[in-house]
Amino acid sequence: MDNAQLLISGLANGCVYGLIALGFVLIYKATEAVNFAQGDFMMLGAFVTIGLTNTEYIGLPFWLALPISLGVMGALGYLVDRLIIRRLFGESQTAVVILTIALGFVIRFVAGLIWGHEPQTLQNPLAGKEVRFGGLVLGMEDVAVIVVTLLLTWGLYVFFSKTRLGLAMQGASQNQLAAYYMGIPVKRVQGFIWALAGVVAGIAGILFAAKGSVDPTSGLLGIKAFAAAVIGGFGSLPGALAGGLIVGVIEPFASRYIAAGYSQIAPYALLLAVLIFRPHGLFSQIRVKKV
Amino acid sequence: MRIVFKTDYMQDIRPWKDGYQLVLYMILLAVVAAAPWWLDDFYLGELTNVLIWAIAGLGLMILTGHTGQASLGHAAFLAFGCYAHVVLIEAGVPFLIAFPVAGILTGIAGVTVAIPALRLHGIYLAIFTLALSILMDDIIVLAEPITGGVAGKYMGGVEIFGFLVDRWATPAPFFWLVLSVAVLVTLGYINLLRSPLGRSFIAVRDSEVSAQAMGVDIARTKMISFALSCAVTGWAGALMGLYAGAFNNETFSVLISIQLLMMIVIGGLGSIHGAFLGAIVIGFLPQFLSISKEYVGALFGGNTVAIPGLEFGIFGMILIAFILFEPMGLYGRWLKIRTWFELFPFYRKDMFKRQKSYLKTERLR
Repeated sequence: MDNAQLLISGLANGCVYGLIALGFVLIYKATEAVNFAQGDFMMLGAFVTIGLTNTEYIGLPFWLALPISLGVMGALGYLVDRLIIRRLFGESQTAVVILTIALGFVIRFVAGLIWGHEPQTLQNPLAGKEVRFGGLVLGMEDVAVIVVTLLLTWGLYVFFSKTRLGLAMQGASQNQLAAYYMGIPVKRVQGFIWALAGVVAGIAGILFAAKGSVDPTSGLLGIKAFAAAVIGGFGSLPGALAGGLIVGVIEPFASRYIAAGYSQIAPYALLLAVLIFRPHGLFSQIRVKKV
Repeated sequence: MRIVFKTDYMQDIRPWKDGYQLVLYMILLAVVAAAPWWLDDFYLGELTNVLIWAIAGLGLMILTGHTGQASLGHAAFLAFGCYAHVVLIEAGVPFLIAFPVAGILTGIAGVTVAIPALRLHGIYLAIFTLALSILMDDIIVLAEPITGGVAGKYMGGVEIFGFLVDRWATPAPFFWLVLSVAVLVTLGYINLLRSPLGRSFIAVRDSEVSAQAMGVDIARTKMISFALSCAVTGWAGALMGLYAGAFNNETFSVLISIQLLMMIVIGGLGSIHGAFLGAIVIGFLPQFLSISKEYVGALFGGNTVAIPGLEFGIFGMILIAFILFEPMGLYGRWLKIRTWFELFPFYRKDMFKRQKSYLKTERLR
């Protein structure tokens, strides 16, 4: 029973990692760039919602604040692409990596200025409710996290593999020039995907802040989400979720069964192992380029 | 504009362009070496710090700037060099042996890391090294008998030929020690770039496929690049240990790795000058911020409030500005200014414009 409880809490945590990893993968899939600031986007999404909902700030009703903050995050994602990333069009991946790391620093700094450095919790209608399920006690937030994540991953997966726009995005990432020739508005597609990643980060942030507390350094969680995305294989949406779940589940079990000091290494050790033995993740999509 | 007439094939690969350039650098070196006489102890310490960062930057520049392998984990090698050096010194090994050996050991550690990393490209390598840097923190804690764990280690001065070299007691000799390491590493770097090995580094950076077609052994080249880069970084780490005096697992955090990478980007990727220019920015930014904060505070009559994270926030903004407007970094800006003066009325705006490139993935699905 203990293990089952650990498993559930691990799954709920893993879903948050998976959601951040989804953001990485979305941007990677459509633009071949990696957004190191995704974790900080998540943190910002959490703080925007807290700022709108919590009574010590604006105090809007939760269900009204939800769409507003998601809209704000989407707009932010779009603006980041429009004002910054788009200028790097065609530059090397490394430039984008360094740029987004710097962006993360700036976001963390700004969030600290506005909302302070104390950990805060989102006041939400699900708080404190529990679901009893055959002897297991589940927080309502945990259930919400798992359900929302599954739905979102499924929706995005269908979007990418079935719709015209999704296919256009994949085309734009594989070969920008060829995509231009095929009449795909590459820049607009790129703006859209950044907005989408912003919304996904917003959802992740809301769920994260509802589950626990958030402070400006919470964005560093993004590093674990990275491990998740890599384990799943960058470029695969279900892979990102699977990676997130693996990392999320390993953590509580490692801290329970492995000596303290070794346990927090577990996700990163797994990451290194995956990179060494399957360099492109468990759901690999890359084959060696031939000339 | 000076025009260098080349009358000998050797002139193409000489480390300096002409006597004029050589004299300029000699004057620069002489002025810097005389720093203990024209700087007070505080600023001498800061200058030493800048030089140590520059050595670390040179180390990362070999790997990232010239071989094109982005590493977000060089703080791990700084830590390795630092601890290797301390352990050797504590075992009674004299400094002149312990210091080179610490670097060589770090280089060997780098090769060990490079073997699995050879198969990784671009972003995967960055993540691999990032994870390594995070793990290093935990490894230092776990290896407590050697590293002192969370409590850390202390490091006094060292003796060279009977002279005490210590950051606090004798800042000038310590500065000269750091300066001579920096000069030696730089000379080695210049020589490396003239050699076939250095050229093959650049070939690998510009296109692995073409380099392979030209007969460059990519795996071997990357491995040597890792080894050299880590060895130099290890020396920088050893000097950092001497400079800091006390250090533990948090001294070489993943933030230091990121800072190091950002530093060489601000300075200018792919140039030796870039490592030094970036180190100057990194080294003096905190001083500059605290001075300007006092100034602003005095201007508005308010007391100075500490804003947590300000340094990194400003740093991030500077970096974003650089990547957007001057991807070649400070050194690229300097080249443009110099060219403007040299060609005076004939400088054109698009002179340094790069060809537009389009992205192509290696993914199939």
